[in-house]
Amino acid sequence: MIRFEQVSRRYPPDIAALLDLSFEIGAGELVLVSGRSGAGKTTLLKLIAAIERPDSGKVLVCGQDIGELKSALIPFLRRNLGLVFQDQKLLFDRNVFENAMLPLSIIGCPAKEAARRVRAALDKVGLKKRERALPAELSGGEQQRLAIARAVVHRPGILLADEPTTRLDPASATEIVTIFRDFQQAGVTVLIASHEQAPFAARSPRRLLLERGTLLAEPDSGLSRP
Amino acid sequence: MIAALQALLTRNVHALNWALRRLAAAPLASLISLLAIGIALALPAGGQMLLGNTLRIAESFGVRPQISLFLAADTDRRTAEATGARLKNHLRVREVRFVPRGETLKRFQAREGLAEVIAVLSNNPFPDAFVITPRDDGPAALEQLRDEFSRWPKVEHVQLDSDWVRRLDDLLRLARAGVALLAVLLGLGLVATTYTTIRLEMLARRAEIELSRLLGATDVYIGRPYLYLGALQGLLSGLAAWLIVLAGTLAVRGPLGELPGLGSLQLLSAQDSLILMGFATAMGWLGAALSLFRQLRNTS
Ligand SMILES: Nc1ncnc2c1ncn2[C@@H]1O[C@H](COP(=O)(O)OP(=O)(O)O)[C@@H](O)[C@H]1O
Ligand SMILES: [Mg+2]
Repeated sequence: MIRFEQVSRRYPPDIAALLDLSFEIGAGELVLVSGRSGAGKTTLLKLIAAIERPDSGKVLVCGQDIGELKSALIPFLRRNLGLVFQDQKLLFDRNVFENAMLPLSIIGCPAKEAARRVRAALDKVGLKKRERALPAELSGGEQQRLAIARAVVHRPGILLADEPTTRLDPASATEIVTIFRDFQQAGVTVLIASHEQAPFAARSPRRLLLERGTLLAEPDSGLSRP
Repeated sequence: MIAALQALLTRNVHALNWALRRLAAAPLASLISLLAIGIALALPAGGQMLLGNTLRIAESFGVRPQISLFLAADTDRRTAEATGARLKNHLRVREVRFVPRGETLKRFQAREGLAEVIAVLSNNPFPDAFVITPRDDGPAALEQLRDEFSRWPKVEHVQLDSDWVRRLDDLLRLARAGVALLAVLLGLGLVATTYTTIRLEMLARRAEIELSRLLGATDVYIGRPYLYLGALQGLLSGLAAWLIVLAGTLAVRGPLGELPGLGSLQLLSAQDSLILMGFATAMGWLGAALSLFRQLRNTS
């Protein structure tokens, strides 16, 4: 599903965010990309979504080479992805329902069907009763769950979540990890980038450990490192 | 296929909906800007309306172009009558008046100074003549008729009383160029205004645009609501201009109702009205499109 072949990405002036990175993730896997802040986790996710392009090496997503992908085709790649951004990117002048609706508007889903799907997604993350609320009226955990609902409402094959548990209390973090597990069980390939380990310890997913842009530990299990 | 069409329709409905709500969200501001552009567009539209009425106005002052046709002096009565009938039946002739040579003679004899000159002549020097009012009184049509009549048998001379027609036509041509120039300039003004409106609108919604991109929106999807907004603003400005011209026409009609011609001043023709709306819509759309092109290229 996702394949990195000796991928490097440098930022000017001379920062190697990722260096010679190779790994493969199969369909339906749940993978934790961990490492300290600045290790290159966000860059890795951005490469998959074609928000960044590799300087060298190959990034293959569903068989498509991101480095070669024409700009005009990028939107169509992204419609098969669900993105949970590190900074969430909620629209604060729209209510919960409208925020979750955005990906469906983009694919041109008919209004009735869209409303049904938005409610189902909000229900999944426990926000069904808050659909008229504005994001500013939500707690941190609720905002994060809204971001997740928006990421899955169009039923993407791949879910990419950047620091989804950061800024959350342990109980909320655990809830969110459970939600990701459920998506994986439903067949979605899930990648979670996080500098935290605790929320995932109980689930022991496959883990890619990054350090300064290179892969340290693969593939065993989440228990291989403290 | 059907699903794709439905998706396209859904997106267009969304975009139009958004544009309408956007205008309705600030009704006063929308109204003021629409009126400003509307008033500007009313100038060329009003000019066009007046142009459409020039002949009517000219007629109200009793001027109407005519053609004088003189037969050869030796023309017999039957040929004269045949020519008269031929003129009457001519499709492009509205009215014919026969001026027999005797009548012309009498008129000249009645004039002081000329009477003696004519008295010297042994016989009537004047030919039979026709005064023709054509249906189409544009100078080109008049000249065409003159050339046609000149080729008829026993026709000695055809004369256009077309000096004033020509002058009026030159004036009209100038006025038409003026109206067109005004329309182009104000159309550019409309493009520039929409360009700025859409630019500000997009700046205000930058976060949403960025996010939509990340969620798989194409530029077409992102741009569509703004194109609708621009076109809608243009259309409504055109409508405002149309209403202003209508109000102006009705206002002139009232007090001047007694003047022939002005009282029946015609409103902008359906065709001109459509052109006005279409032009305004297109200019609004163009302003939005230019703005989008720049903004989206800057942010991609
Ligand atoms: N747009 C950018 N321009 C310059 N440097 C960047 C940019 N994005 C990330 N970096 C640098 O690349 C490295 C990896 O960043 P990132 O992938 O965000 O790490 P992480 O998500 O693991 O914290 C960091 O040193 C960061 O400063
Ligand atoms: Mg990061």
